[in-house]
Amino acid sequence: MDNTIQDLSRLLPVLEGHSSGGRLERVLRAGHFAVTAEIAPPDSADAEEVYQRAAVFDGYVDAINATDGSGANCHMSSVGVCSLLTRRGYAMVMQVSCRDKNRIAIQGDVLGAAAMGVANILCLTGDGVQAGDQPDAKPVFDLDCMSLLQMVSSMRDDRQFLSGRKLTSPPQVFLGAAANPFGPPLDYRPLRLQKKIEAGAQFVQTQYCFDLDLLQAYMERVRDLGLTERCYILIGVGPMPSAKTAAWIRDNVPGVHIPDAIIRRLLGAKDQREEGIRICVEMIQAVKEMNGVHGVHVMAYRQEERVPEIISASGVLDGRKPWYPGMKTDHI
Amino acid sequence: MYAIRRWSVRHARKLEWLYQRFEGVLLFLHPMWLWLGYDRIEKPIRVTEQFVKETMFDCKMCGNCVLSQTGMACPMNCPKELRNGPCGGVRQHGYCEVKPDMRCVWVEAWEGSQRMRGSEKIQLVQPPVAQQYRGRSSWLREIRRKRDERFFSSEGSSDG
Repeated sequence: MDNTIQDLSRLLPVLEGHSSGGRLERVLRAGHFAVTAEIAPPDSADAEEVYQRAAVFDGYVDAINATDGSGANCHMSSVGVCSLLTRRGYAMVMQVSCRDKNRIAIQGDVLGAAAMGVANILCLTGDGVQAGDQPDAKPVFDLDCMSLLQMVSSMRDDRQFLSGRKLTSPPQVFLGAAANPFGPPLDYRPLRLQKKIEAGAQFVQTQYCFDLDLLQAYMERVRDLGLTERCYILIGVGPMPSAKTAAWIRDNVPGVHIPDAIIRRLLGAKDQREEGIRICVEMIQAVKEMNGVHGVHVMAYRQEERVPEIISASGVLDGRKPWYPGMKTDHI
Repeated sequence: MYAIRRWSVRHARKLEWLYQRFEGVLLFLHPMWLWLGYDRIEKPIRVTEQFVKETMFDCKMCGNCVLSQTGMACPMNCPKELRNGPCGGVRQHGYCEVKPDMRCVWVEAWEGSQRMRGSEKIQLVQPPVAQQYRGRSSWLREIRRKRDERFFSSEGSSDG
């Protein structure tokens, strides 16, 4: 890629009834099945690495999530990754975690991000510092995901900071949250989603789904509460490289629920990596058939380069080609 | 203490009833508090409040008490100090991701809230903690707020 900075961060006009000028919101509101993917931020100060990691998704995803110190490990910041990728025109979902910054820092970041062309912000509580490689750090948690959602939606809709001080131009962002349908207390999870919607969530991306029965039960309750009409739900999916990794994740990564049947299936496969991809494809196809599911969020940690084939094999784009830099049209 | 704090959650309904009576008395005595001066009574009330609530709930004296909206489980015992529900990291069987030996505060809160009259209050979105009230009495802050609310006859009262 050439090194001259071409600024492509200019967003699309904000359509009637939309909150942002972003492509993700347009795709969802148009009724398409959306695909988002998570980019692994580099442990590096090299912009080129970020561009390369984003380019693997070209033509297959509607937006890219830039994680914010996920797992409490330090990487390039989500603000930094978004700043680079919005310049190329990518649709970004900037993740904001409450672990490392207080309300003053976060409000500043939200304004900066919106100014750079970030159209989607995902509000997270964040993993505890004990989960990462610097457990001696001070956990901030000045806000939680709920008060963060409320704060950003108020910045957008009431055009003011938390203090009431006015903004001259509000951040026009589409607001997201995370959801974990598979974590206890299971009967509270749908109500928690409802609370997030009350606080301002317009879309959610869920934790990895490996248990369709649990998801089915969750979605039933979510539909009964009428939440699928008020919020777009993207189900988290991803390929497991081996049975060993899957078992490790199940035992060591809080919040990820992997049933034994999945691990047994991986164990029994001749090529575990390929079986992991097949399970992921099947999972995507299954959730697409579920009432009230509006898309998938692919977290293919260390297998990002396989996302295009996973999406193609699942057939969920129905021939649609999401925009990417270099694509001639401005169309979604 | 962990055992007592779990007892409190199991008896959330009784404690809710008790607190409502207690708050009624505090409110009734408002003219006396006013006469004595709220600043002057802050210390003795705070000390009492801290003793009672530390014993019962492992209270952290955040000064922004929401116990009656969180099933009598103090959210400040959550390592992330979450005030609006459980994070996504709750372990299967309902234990905390950060402290694996502790039941998730919000699993407890959800169970406690289901025993209470005001069980729907767990759905209220809580604002972030106002840090300037840390270490101060929530009881007094709450009755002053309710007093003001009645005095200025705004619509209805919420709970603290």
